Amino acid sequence: MSTVSTAHDFKRNAEKVIADGTVVKNLKAVRQNFIDKRVKAAQGLPEFEALRENAKEIKNHTLAHLDLYLERYEAKVKEAGGHVHFAVDAAEARKIALEICRKVGAKTVTKGKSMITEEVGLNEFLETNGITPVETDLGEYIIQLRGERPSHIIAPAVHLNKNQIESDFRRVHTHLDPNRDLTEKVSLLTEARGVLRERFLAADVGITGANFLIAETGTSIIVTNEGNGDLTQILPKVHIVMASIEKMVPTLEDVSQILRLLARSATGQEMSVYTTLSTGPKRMGDLDGPEEYHVILLDNGRSAMLGGEFQDMLRCIRCAACMNHCPVYHQIGGHAYGWIYPGPMGSVLSPSLIGVDEAGHLPNASTFCGRCESVCPMKIPLPKMMRHWREREYERHLNPALTRAGLGFWAFFAMRPKLYGLATRIGMKLMALASRGKGRFASLPFASGWTKHRDFAAPQGETFQARFKRERGTR
Amino acid sequence: MSSRDTIFASIRRSMGVSGEERLRNAAVDDRLERAPKGIIPTRAQLDAAGKLALMIEKLEGVQATVQKLASAAEVPNAVAEYLRANNLPASIRHGEDERLASLDWGKTALEVKRGPSDGHDLAALSHAESALAETGTLVLLSGPDNPTTLNFLPDHHLVVLKASDVTGDMESLWPRIRKKFGKGEMPRTLNFITGPSRSGDIEQTILLGAHGPRSLHVMIVEG
Repeated sequence: MSTVSTAHDFKRNAEKVIADGTVVKNLKAVRQNFIDKRVKAAQGLPEFEALRENAKEIKNHTLAHLDLYLERYEAKVKEAGGHVHFAVDAAEARKIALEICRKVGAKTVTKGKSMITEEVGLNEFLETNGITPVETDLGEYIIQLRGERPSHIIAPAVHLNKNQIESDFRRVHTHLDPNRDLTEKVSLLTEARGVLRERFLAADVGITGANFLIAETGTSIIVTNEGNGDLTQILPKVHIVMASIEKMVPTLEDVSQILRLLARSATGQEMSVYTTLSTGPKRMGDLDGPEEYHVILLDNGRSAMLGGEFQDMLRCIRCAACMNHCPVYHQIGGHAYGWIYPGPMGSVLSPSLIGVDEAGHLPNASTFCGRCESVCPMKIPLPKMMRHWREREYERHLNPALTRAGLGFWAFFAMRPKLYGLATRIGMKLMALASRGKGRFASLPFASGWTKHRDFAAPQGETFQARFKRERGTR
Repeated sequence: MSSRDTIFASIRRSMGVSGEERLRNAAVDDRLERAPKGIIPTRAQLDAAGKLALMIEKLEGVQATVQKLASAAEVPNAVAEYLRANNLPASIRHGEDERLASLDWGKTALEVKRGPSDGHDLAALSHAESALAETGTLVLLSGPDNPTTLNFLPDHHLVVLKASDVTGDMESLWPRIRKKFGKGEMPRTLNFITGPSRSGDIEQTILLGAHGPRSLHVMIVEG
């Protein structure tokens, strides 16, 4: 079992967030900060579209040969003096990480930002076993202080505002002067830098994720802006990389192609500040760097996605462009999705990893506007895959009885075209009359699920088919 | 059955393969051997002067500071001036790199420390292996010559870059790395550094100096 999910309660989660109103306010700036910058960065590189197509091909090729690339990768890591551990599920990944920490008597562990360690619930597990995990990415640090999960895969604290962060710092950093001035954002940053600097220097083990694994050289790559991932991996005696099996790419040339897309799609930068390639432990004569290098390769349901209708999802490079462009995400934020991965990529991935029984509501959280697919650097057909999940949910009778009865009722008419035409003509006329020219309904019997959150546009008194027939007749 | 075997069996079951297929293995070995280049942006396909100009433009675009020097002999004075201008103590740390160690530091009043950083240095000096003009990115390699801690712990990171080491893009860097370390081999750490450290985690406002250096100063040696 992975980290506990509340995805089954998606509707209630979302309602709570909307009623509270803070999240939607805090997410307002996402447009200029992520959307506009991405457009500018993409337009600044004439080869951007061609690179998307090539990146898709690289990843498709890798997935089609994943077993073989994993073998080659494993051999190269060992050659460089590193260790490779395979974990079938979250529990095994946690156990392996704990054993490595225990072997060196670790008391504190620093962590670079990693969605995989969130997925397996590593922090809680280490804590239960007497080891203190310290998140060092500023956003991750903030949400760790709050006991929350990331609400966004690259900007974990994007749902919070400055005042909320200030009050968390005052609550936790009690060793500092209570009268200190924290009104400027930069003073919050400086305070976190100071507090975490001591943690970096004291840590026994550093744990990072990986944006990519390179088969050619046995290398893991992390991409960051703060430098926390680097301090996490070069200062402690042991560096653990936890990564899922689909992070593989064949060569240094291949990863160069995809790196051109990652930062541009994520933050609108041409390159993130730090792109770090790590291979094995420190070498003979090196004066710094870790003495041990471990890679924990996690499956946790991904191998079962290969060869099926959700394989394309394994191309995802976690840039977050899909959620930055999702109208649903903008309204409800990341926590409402209930598990680790929010937004469109989460709505596709979560049902694969924790089951459609648990996460079946998520693929419904889409307007099918298609923006996610249009900005996805890896050209993942997210809306199509959300439709696949909806079909599965329907096949497995997971929809509420009322939905199914309604669809059955509609199907009865839809299969009888004449009756359908008659019924809709009458229905449209009646509804047009009932709306009394207001053009909308604030509430409708049998449709409160719709009208509770939005108006229902009133029909104008004529069906589409009738109008089509009439207008074609006039030509 | 080990977890390793379970995962490989599951991958192969999903894809309907055994892992023994000659063609699939050949495709993988061929790609690893040839390492085909993909699409190389035209942006950095320039002559040496063009690459250098683009490198400087891109560095400034990511809030690094840049200084051109006629020869390496000017580095000690440039370092001393930088420290003075930024109100920093007259102290600098660098690794075993001969290109730095052989400089005449005696003509400055600087305290010169050698070796990795323990977190108490305000300024450190590294020598870049190369740089990518396409994005204004410095390439630094780990090792006793330029310990990786110097890239991240001090507040100010000063980097010497030879103009002739500036290349256009990553694809033209890899042959150089393979020549230096051997095909399929890498140093423990290869750092691509594009500007000083920053974070956008507080209300998406970009602030410099998150955990790594607050300032990145690049001295480009033309001679």
